Amino acid sequence: MVKVLEERKGQIYRKGSEPYAMECGKTSLAGSVSQRACVFCGSRVVLYPIADAIHLVHGPVGCAAYTWDIRGALSSGPELHRLSFSTDLREIEVIHGGEKKLYQSLVELIDRYQPRAAFVYSTCIIGIIGDDVGAVCKRVSAEKGIPVLPVHSEGFKGTKKDGYRAACEALLQLIGTGPAEGIQPHSINILGDFNLAGEVWMIREYYEKMGIQVVATITGDGRVDQIRRAHGAALNLVQCSGSMNHLAKMLKEKYGTPYLQVSYFGIEDMAEALYQVARFFNDTAMMRRTEELVRDEIAAVYPQLLEYRKALTGKKAAIYVGGAFKAFSLVKALRILGMQTAVVGSQTGSSEDYQQLRDLCDEGTVIVDDSNPLELAGFLKEKGVDLFIGGVKERPIAYKMGIGFCDHNHERKIALAGFVGMLNFAREVHGTVCSPIWKLVPRYSCCGGGVADVG
Amino acid sequence: MSVNHQPRPAVSVTTNACKLCTPLGACLAFRGIEGTVPLLHGSQGCSTYIRRYIISHFKEPIDVASSNFSESSAIFGGGVNLATALQNVTAQYHPELIAVASTCLSETIGDDVPLFIRQYRREHPERPPEIIHVSTPSYRGTHMDGFHAAVRAAVDELAEAGAPERRINLFPGLVSPADLRHLKEIMADFGVDYTLLPDYSETLDGEIWQEYQKIAPGGTPLAAIRRTGRAMASFEFSGTIAAEHSTGNLLKERFGISYLQTAMPIGVRACDQFFTKLAEVSGNPIPDCYRKERGRLVDSYVDGHKYIFGKRAVLYGEEDLVVSLAGFLAEIGVIPVLCASGGESGRLAEAVQAAAPEVADRITVRDGADFMDIAELAEKLQPDLIVGNSKGYPLARKLQIPLIRVGFPIHDRLGGQRLLHLGYRGTQALFDRIVNAVIERQQDASPVGYSYM
Ligand code: SF4
Repeated sequence: MVKVLEERKGQIYRKGSEPYAMECGKTSLAGSVSQRACVFCGSRVVLYPIADAIHLVHGPVGCAAYTWDIRGALSSGPELHRLSFSTDLREIEVIHGGEKKLYQSLVELIDRYQPRAAFVYSTCIIGIIGDDVGAVCKRVSAEKGIPVLPVHSEGFKGTKKDGYRAACEALLQLIGTGPAEGIQPHSINILGDFNLAGEVWMIREYYEKMGIQVVATITGDGRVDQIRRAHGAALNLVQCSGSMNHLAKMLKEKYGTPYLQVSYFGIEDMAEALYQVARFFNDTAMMRRTEELVRDEIAAVYPQLLEYRKALTGKKAAIYVGGAFKAFSLVKALRILGMQTAVVGSQTGSSEDYQQLRDLCDEGTVIVDDSNPLELAGFLKEKGVDLFIGGVKERPIAYKMGIGFCDHNHERKIALAGFVGMLNFAREVHGTVCSPIWKLVPRYSCCGGGVADVG
Repeated sequence: MSVNHQPRPAVSVTTNACKLCTPLGACLAFRGIEGTVPLLHGSQGCSTYIRRYIISHFKEPIDVASSNFSESSAIFGGGVNLATALQNVTAQYHPELIAVASTCLSETIGDDVPLFIRQYRREHPERPPEIIHVSTPSYRGTHMDGFHAAVRAAVDELAEAGAPERRINLFPGLVSPADLRHLKEIMADFGVDYTLLPDYSETLDGEIWQEYQKIAPGGTPLAAIRRTGRAMASFEFSGTIAAEHSTGNLLKERFGISYLQTAMPIGVRACDQFFTKLAEVSGNPIPDCYRKERGRLVDSYVDGHKYIFGKRAVLYGEEDLVVSLAGFLAEIGVIPVLCASGGESGRLAEAVQAAAPEVADRITVRDGADFMDIAELAEKLQPDLIVGNSKGYPLARKLQIPLIRVGFPIHDRLGGQRLLHLGYRGTQALFDRIVNAVIERQQDASPVGYSYM
């Protein structure tokens, strides 16, 4: 059994006879080497894809440097989001305050790039030196005539989730400031898709084929002016629930816009995401178009999926991702490929999320909250998995143990959403699980192989 | 004939930094000490970001613990969190050493980390791991400063006096694991004992594992660091380090150990200096295999010189690396028209001047640079190639010229950790890559599509 720090025992659950109980939503334990990032990271990843805004990181250079162009969030036009702007604070500003530098930096950037808006992210140190970021933003906003929005994302003031919140708050300030004219009754906003590898373009096309107007994509391929009029849409669709539920709730309160939670990963969930919307608008013609769309799309990918399924049936997987919602879809998608999920966890899941995971998973599955490398390595070994799905920090754990790995985080360059995304996913899973190289690694050499032939 | 040192124009904002923060450098250096877990004293994000960043280059697990500040630790100080972190790291990893680096947050609230550590030791008399501390406020200096400071802190804390030994200290700076392996080979061939610090040749470029290792095997043993105080000489590869940050200087002041501070041995001239000095200190002649490597290298210079003569290169990275590469490029007839770094030691211009005297008047030096500066200068300078880390790729793509990937980070290619730069052998690899990149470019641009040089 995996050795676990005493304080962390409540954050691990094995599905079996015992009743469900899971501690979560706690701050990470000091010294546990959590895979989590910070408040700043939460804000940054959510707002980052807005491509015609300046994203200025206020603090020393590190935080900005580490988040320079790390997402595969594509834009169909401007690409301001791919630059990394920092006030790069030095000792002198830490002592005397960084407001002057922040002001000058904003002015320089706005003059140079003429953005539609600017976001200013406060990092750890800003909370300590007490810069009045809000006041500087207000001043620049008045002088330059564009929204300049503070994002309160000091790293130590909570967890990544609080960063999501701060981002939603900043977005809420934008929404409602643009004209809502020309918006049809059958209209939506897509929330919580970040257009990794062009995914939001695919999703948008599906909805448009159904006869729906997409008002704003928040934030993948996002534009400030679209977001400003997002309050005019009839429905909000939330994909990444962790990051965007909060915004959807606030929009419901403020503008009465209803929202639905959807997932675009896996053919089951993708189809359901379209049907949900068709049912919402309660329009038979739309429903018919949706059925056709789903039928065509599935028909196009299904035969190939079955091929992969043949090779993958019986293999075991582990999942460790940022948000729990993604994990649900992954468990289902793996099932379609004939694979079983033996370990599943997330950085930020809620109690309800974990309960839902429990219901979804097979007996014996390990469910874990806010794990660390040693625990994860232990679970992988205990369950003898063939595949690990996670992010960059998880990859070397799998590889060092001779286990296949798939990236399912915001840095990937392959679209995994939508029907085509399911096929890409299957191809990638197959490409790693069935690679002949595993025959050379210790995991297999000790137990005499066991890798399926590459089809 | 002197370099044209152009200070950065008066802008406030940094766009696409050509540097990273000091704690990252410290973590890298600490990964090169055996049985060590680096621990960042600050908020969770720093350690996660730094891990992610280092993984993208080395593609190896790198566990960096965090004391995970909350709001209350920011207000009341991080002493309690640090103690908890030390305890949990000990319980999980059983390290020999926990290396604590501060971050901008803990530095600013004024945490007295040495005091916390003393307290912790008092409360845990049951053989706790060694604990060292380095002060790395991210708003002072770059990752390179953090790296040097970490090495110095380890020696400062651990070096012991004693009967002098026939032993050499080698402080290589931020080089690749392949470079470190090569340095070890050189020392072995010279037949001298040595302490190489840091040594992440195994910890950050290791084998596949049979069993998951809590701490990657390898690294400079603590005992070897203790013995740095008894060595006969120190070598420190840095063209720009100031005396007060130099580990060699620390050992000289404290134990009277002589030291040679030189640029990294890249290029025939720099290698000659290193090998000659090594022969002198060790009392052994330069081994024959290196004489031959040198001979082959010069022979290849002859074969390749025409393709690259007068080519103009944009060069950037850590100051130490830039100085060494400038010397090498000048030696082979390539003009490093721009030598840029995000570092601000104040010594870059002088060091480049000394390293590349023959073309000095054609070099623009820019320190405190970001990639916006580099791109703007590059567009004016019309270079033929770019030499530096992966971060120059957007520029290379825009200018449609080759990027020779050198240094850290290389995260858009496989094998950054296995690139060899040092010694005659490393120079050879670099020389071939540069010449071939130029030839490939010519070949691609040629209407004939020739396949014969
Ligand atoms: S908070 Fe400071 S120490 Fe941490 S990553 Fe950012 S700049 Fe570096």
